[in-house]
Amino acid sequence: MIDSIRRHPLIAVVVAFLALFILLGSFPIIPETKQAVVVRFGKPVRILGRYEAGRPIGGAGAGISWRIPFVEQLVWIDKRVQNVDMQRQQVLSTDQRRLQVDAFARYRIVDPLLMYIRAGNEQQLTEQLRPILGSEVRNELGRIEFAQLLTPERQGIMNDVRTSLNRIALQYGVEVLDVRIKRTDLPDGAPLSSAFDRMRTAREQEARSIRAEGAKRAAIIQAEADANAAKTYAASFGKDPDFYDFYRAMQSYRSTFVGEANKPVASTTVVLSPQNDYLKEFSGRAR
Amino acid sequence: MDILTGWGGRIRGLFADTKGPWGSSGSDGGDDASPSGGDGGKSGNPWGDAPKRGRRPGLGGANVSSLDDLLRRGRARFGGDGGGLPGRPAGSLIIWAIVAALLLWLISTSFHAISPGQRGVVTQFGRYSRTLGPGVSFTLPSPIEQVTKLDVENIRSIDMGAEGSDDLMLTGDQNLLDLAYSVRWNIANPERYLFQMDQPDETIREVAESSMRAVISQVSLNDAMGDRRAEIETQVAENMQRILNSYRSGIQVQGIAIKQADPPDAVNDAFKQVTAAQQDAQTYINNANAYALQLGQKAQGEATSFDKVYEQYKLAPDVTRKRMYYETMEQVLSKVDKTIVEAPGVNSYLPLPQLQKGQQPPQPERAQ
Repeated sequence: MIDSIRRHPLIAVVVAFLALFILLGSFPIIPETKQAVVVRFGKPVRILGRYEAGRPIGGAGAGISWRIPFVEQLVWIDKRVQNVDMQRQQVLSTDQRRLQVDAFARYRIVDPLLMYIRAGNEQQLTEQLRPILGSEVRNELGRIEFAQLLTPERQGIMNDVRTSLNRIALQYGVEVLDVRIKRTDLPDGAPLSSAFDRMRTAREQEARSIRAEGAKRAAIIQAEADANAAKTYAASFGKDPDFYDFYRAMQSYRSTFVGEANKPVASTTVVLSPQNDYLKEFSGRAR
Repeated sequence: MDILTGWGGRIRGLFADTKGPWGSSGSDGGDDASPSGGDGGKSGNPWGDAPKRGRRPGLGGANVSSLDDLLRRGRARFGGDGGGLPGRPAGSLIIWAIVAALLLWLISTSFHAISPGQRGVVTQFGRYSRTLGPGVSFTLPSPIEQVTKLDVENIRSIDMGAEGSDDLMLTGDQNLLDLAYSVRWNIANPERYLFQMDQPDETIREVAESSMRAVISQVSLNDAMGDRRAEIETQVAENMQRILNSYRSGIQVQGIAIKQADPPDAVNDAFKQVTAAQQDAQTYINNANAYALQLGQKAQGEATSFDKVYEQYKLAPDVTRKRMYYETMEQVLSKVDKTIVEAPGVNSYLPLPQLQKGQQPPQPERAQ
């Protein structure tokens, strides 16, 4: 034996690898993330590493398994939570407003056999689930008003979508865990620009009302100041109105004819008659 | 066929794990088929150079000749005379070489150094068996047990809604908001992270986007841009965590940071106007306050000075009044041009003071 290996190392190695392959092919390793449908001449016979809810990681399922080489083929199917993204959909709410909606669903293949029979492989499954998700979302959202879409109730609506999507998905051996709206946008064009217009005018209105409010408060402050000043003056000058008249007249003359250092007044010519009170002493005491 | 590729990956992994006993350097054509055993001693890695690792073993010639090479090299190392012919009996050397390779492979796939902050998830024939903590750990060699190392302490960050792009969100009052934020997360449970989710990163993105939009759609634009940001951040983080937990994803959301919450570019000017209006309003009020202060002080000053004078005036009203009158008239009349007309009814046709001033240029004066 060793002699023949030495003589034909190439052939020996090929034979060894072939043997290894047959051996390895007979005992496939099922990873934690996968399940496999064993197909014997096109007929699915059993499932390896099937997902079961509640089974802890590291429990039965994954691990080393067996198959008849060449006779049985394995079809690998993912066991993990997977994602299907809806294409952007235009949804018309009951109050005739358009909205662009993006949603996604998370699902898990719980019955790989059913999924293999109905959809074939995972890619085709996604292709089939996507339009169903889209139409379910459109149907459910078309039943509510635009404003409701923006409220906490929308998660309840999404639960309805999930329930009805799940009903269909179960036919593919798929369990839908969750359907969520990713984004809701106003469609480009008229709806978006009118929303911008509304925002703009709302802001302009706000700006005006802020200015008006400021002006109002300023006016009130000024009026209060005027009133306070008047009160102060009245309290003081009211003690002797006659003297105030005289006192103020004197002040007034001074500021009118003399001015202050930094505020000179235009030169004035005063024509006095001797009868003037100021000149009464001109005519002498004998008058 | 699927199983073949499966094993292929496994073997590939094994080769990648196992550094050749002669290192991967100095490779001068490991698959040189000519039987020159003497030179073989310094030829490269027995598994050929990197690109060949991808090849499926047993199908291409490369692996076979690599093995040949290995045998040859073995002979050379263990006292081969350099002129070794193919097929030369050297059984013990072959066995030695195989033992050495096995040993190396055992060591390199059984010892695992896990750095702090990392965890090693051990799978035994694909089934999860345990998680290794930091430090050096032993496992069974590679095809039986495999270790996947994961950074669990490392907090990763995902940026959502790139700055500058117009990524608009609808707010509760049906306005639009341009929002950019980042999500910080780490792995809380490495085995769940590995085995439960198909695309964990993509999932985090979508869940973040969904949660953020759900929360934003319940607050008003001003709240989102203003003081309720922190509240929104916590709410989104909690929401995300709840959803991710429901997927059993093993992901811990550390926090959300809103980096930018602005009105859309199209209406930004209007928003700036609001800010300007706030400034204006404040200016009005400041001016009014200044006026009020000034007026109040002036009134008090005048009232007080009147009071002071009045106190003195009360003591001697007549004299004080006369004194004030004369003083004032003195000041006034000393500054003005005076014309005294003796006889009543006579008007001075000539403005005498002007003549007296002589050469002085006539000043523009109001008619007297």
